Amino acid sequence: MEYARQIEHADIVHRCFRCGYCKFPEDYVDFNCPSYKAFGWDTFSPGGRMWLIRAWLNKELETSPHFSRILYSCVACGNCKDQCVYPRFKDYLLNVFEEAKAELVNEGRIPPEVRDYFKAVSVNGNPYKQPQEERGQWADGLGLKEFTDQEYLFYVGCVGSYDEVGQRMARSVGQLLSETGVSIGILGKEETCDGHEVKVLGETGLFTALAEENIMKFKKKGIEKIITLDPHALNVFRKDYPKLRGNFEVFHYTEILSQLIRNNQIPLSNYQAKVTYHDPCYLGRHNLILEPPREVLKGLPGIELVEMRRKGLSAFCCGGGGGNFFTDMVGSGENNPARIRIKEALDTGAEIVAVACPQCAKMLDDAIKSEGQEDWLEVLDLSELVNRVRSK
Amino acid sequence: MKNIYEALVEIMGERGVSNRPEEIWFYGRDPGVLPPHPPDYVVAPETTEQVQKVVQLANREKIPVVPMGNGMALTGLVIPLKGGIVMDMKRMNKILEVNEMARYVVVEGGTSQGMLKAHLRDHYPRLRHSLPDAPPTTTIAANVSLHGQGCLTQQYGFNSDMVSGLEVVLPTGELCKIGSPSLGPYWFSKGPSLPDLSGLFLGWLGTTGIFTKVGLKLYPNKKIREMEIFVTDKAELVPEIIYKLTHLEMLEDLIAWFQPKPLMFKDNYHLTIYFTGDSEKEIEFKRTMIWDALQEFIDNKDGGFMNVQAMKPNLMENPQRGIAAFADVPRGGGFEYSGPITLIELYPQFAAKVVELAEKYDVIYSSAARVISGGHSMMFSISFAFNRADPAMMERVKKALDEATEYALKMGGIPWKPNYMEQKMTMDHMDPNTLKLLRMIKKNLDPHGIMNPGNWEPAP
Repeated sequence: MEYARQIEHADIVHRCFRCGYCKFPEDYVDFNCPSYKAFGWDTFSPGGRMWLIRAWLNKELETSPHFSRILYSCVACGNCKDQCVYPRFKDYLLNVFEEAKAELVNEGRIPPEVRDYFKAVSVNGNPYKQPQEERGQWADGLGLKEFTDQEYLFYVGCVGSYDEVGQRMARSVGQLLSETGVSIGILGKEETCDGHEVKVLGETGLFTALAEENIMKFKKKGIEKIITLDPHALNVFRKDYPKLRGNFEVFHYTEILSQLIRNNQIPLSNYQAKVTYHDPCYLGRHNLILEPPREVLKGLPGIELVEMRRKGLSAFCCGGGGGNFFTDMVGSGENNPARIRIKEALDTGAEIVAVACPQCAKMLDDAIKSEGQEDWLEVLDLSELVNRVRSK
Repeated sequence: MKNIYEALVEIMGERGVSNRPEEIWFYGRDPGVLPPHPPDYVVAPETTEQVQKVVQLANREKIPVVPMGNGMALTGLVIPLKGGIVMDMKRMNKILEVNEMARYVVVEGGTSQGMLKAHLRDHYPRLRHSLPDAPPTTTIAANVSLHGQGCLTQQYGFNSDMVSGLEVVLPTGELCKIGSPSLGPYWFSKGPSLPDLSGLFLGWLGTTGIFTKVGLKLYPNKKIREMEIFVTDKAELVPEIIYKLTHLEMLEDLIAWFQPKPLMFKDNYHLTIYFTGDSEKEIEFKRTMIWDALQEFIDNKDGGFMNVQAMKPNLMENPQRGIAAFADVPRGGGFEYSGPITLIELYPQFAAKVVELAEKYDVIYSSAARVISGGHSMMFSISFAFNRADPAMMERVKKALDEATEYALKMGGIPWKPNYMEQKMTMDHMDPNTLKLLRMIKKNLDPHGIMNPGNWEPAP
């Protein structure tokens, strides 16, 4: 049967000139599109994708595993939308990519890695295929309370709940917030996937189901304010849940930490270290939370902040966005974005890479091992760093 | 052709070669109005040795090879007209050497303009290169291979004049150094005082070899950059205005432009005058000289300086993002231009022709003429935007551009980065002995006609 491909923004796809501004950061220092950097073909650049999507919609190209890889290796970092020179067009670049992936989902022609991700989330409620009962185990022994009527829900997400690096980070943030008097409660084994990656990977039906379940749960529990561990969760709670009548006041934990530091609510001693900071895409480019993490670092006695060449809105993604943290369509090797990012961190002379996202933490942690730099560089989330500087 | 693919994989590795439909589709076209033609393979070398081996294979098997930078010439110069291998050079993007005192840089053949700009700003803030107005992804090698221009062209000539040495893979696969690097480690001269062999490659649009290294002259990066815009509604005065400005020998860049939209620009001719200095005193001196040079036009009420504050952030960008944005005027993602090199005294006639063509073919125009080498000539761009989703509009633009090229040749101009049809028009106008020489050189360098075939070729 002839299948008519349709995406919502099909009428603007032809407007891409493929000029290539989208490949660069603002100051052109290096290619800033992780999948283009990894694969090295123009087809893997934002402009390449736009042109291929147009050809695919026009039936000049058929769906193929390679075409799917081109789409799914986009890390949705958003550098392209920031650097594209066409107003009223660039805002929809990521929508076009997401819609094309959704159309692949409709066709049933998605990569096995993506299929398996959807199945795991659908069946198990998380991509790790771990029991729901174990979702709250990250908080064991911390004394964090279930959410009842606290000011904030502390939402940790799938990575914070099940991944070893994510759990370490969740425990650190949760403990710090709790010990500094922030009124937080957790959902524990009641927490469910926020659906951010499900949406970005194009499974709109599953996303809507997850989001509606969460919204209903949050409302039933009287949750009004949320602190997220993961910028991906922050992004979906802020940008997509309101479209489903899920309106909550959402903060990233670094915003709360910066307030605590600013108000001298955390007693600090001194810890001498040279630290560089990696901006997570969903915190920086997508939500413009650039300064709070830096305010935290600058407020820590003994910490010297040394910035990487690409930072803020021009930061280079770790390669984990767009679901690639789970599906790894970008692949490993020397051109792996996280490894490139670690080399950039090493160039600063820092001994610590501070992060504010459990996905970035894991990606960069792995990259340090791949680069054989464990003796020289470590990845710490901001709360872990604060804990090192806290007066004991 | 299966054996060719396997041979390419052997040279390039799996990551460096593709014959998948997606790459074949994409690398068979450029953003201009010419129809696509698919390559059989796309390769992306990372080393000179790989370039050599692919060319040797192509020469042996008589397969076309089309070198490509970012593909932004817009005139189909990277469309593989006869199939074969498109060679995407952008993975060879290392900046190999900057000689600060001798003011030159050596880059690999796929290094982008943007990366060189960033490198100089980070490490050699006293130096700059002649950045074209093309997007920063465009490559230095491609730019000089088509005699591109840039922000220092008014002072120092075509960007290809600024080449200070070349390393070229010849169509037969030999590696050849041109200029001072052929004699020693330095890259300060592409020719003099030797016979200037760079002329065998610069301007040949990739038909005589592939640049694997380019030496490029760098220039002082003054601390302050400033601009003024002089406006007149009389096209016939533009040559004299340019003459008086270039007489000062003070300008960095000088561009005369006109466009019908927004309406505040309609029917006026704008001269954007860029100048630089190391102190406010120097800037103010130059500003005064510029104003004095044009005072008579102001006194005669023939023109005046306009307030530039609102436009300044965009016009001071280098490269200017707004130039690529012209493609979106018809909400359609495309523009193309004919850019003949011609005499400045012909500005009024060319300006009239732009408007005539735009009306005749019902297309949106814009024109910017960049002064070259202190006024010896100008690149007069006749730009038409189009909607990529409107094939009829694209056809009208194509016809308008063809007519613009015919007009330029009739007026004694030289088409810039001509497409294969414009090349044929050019060769038809060319002195027969010049054409004979051109063919002789090409035949000798590329006996099997494998390099970007269809370009600089006589009609069959």
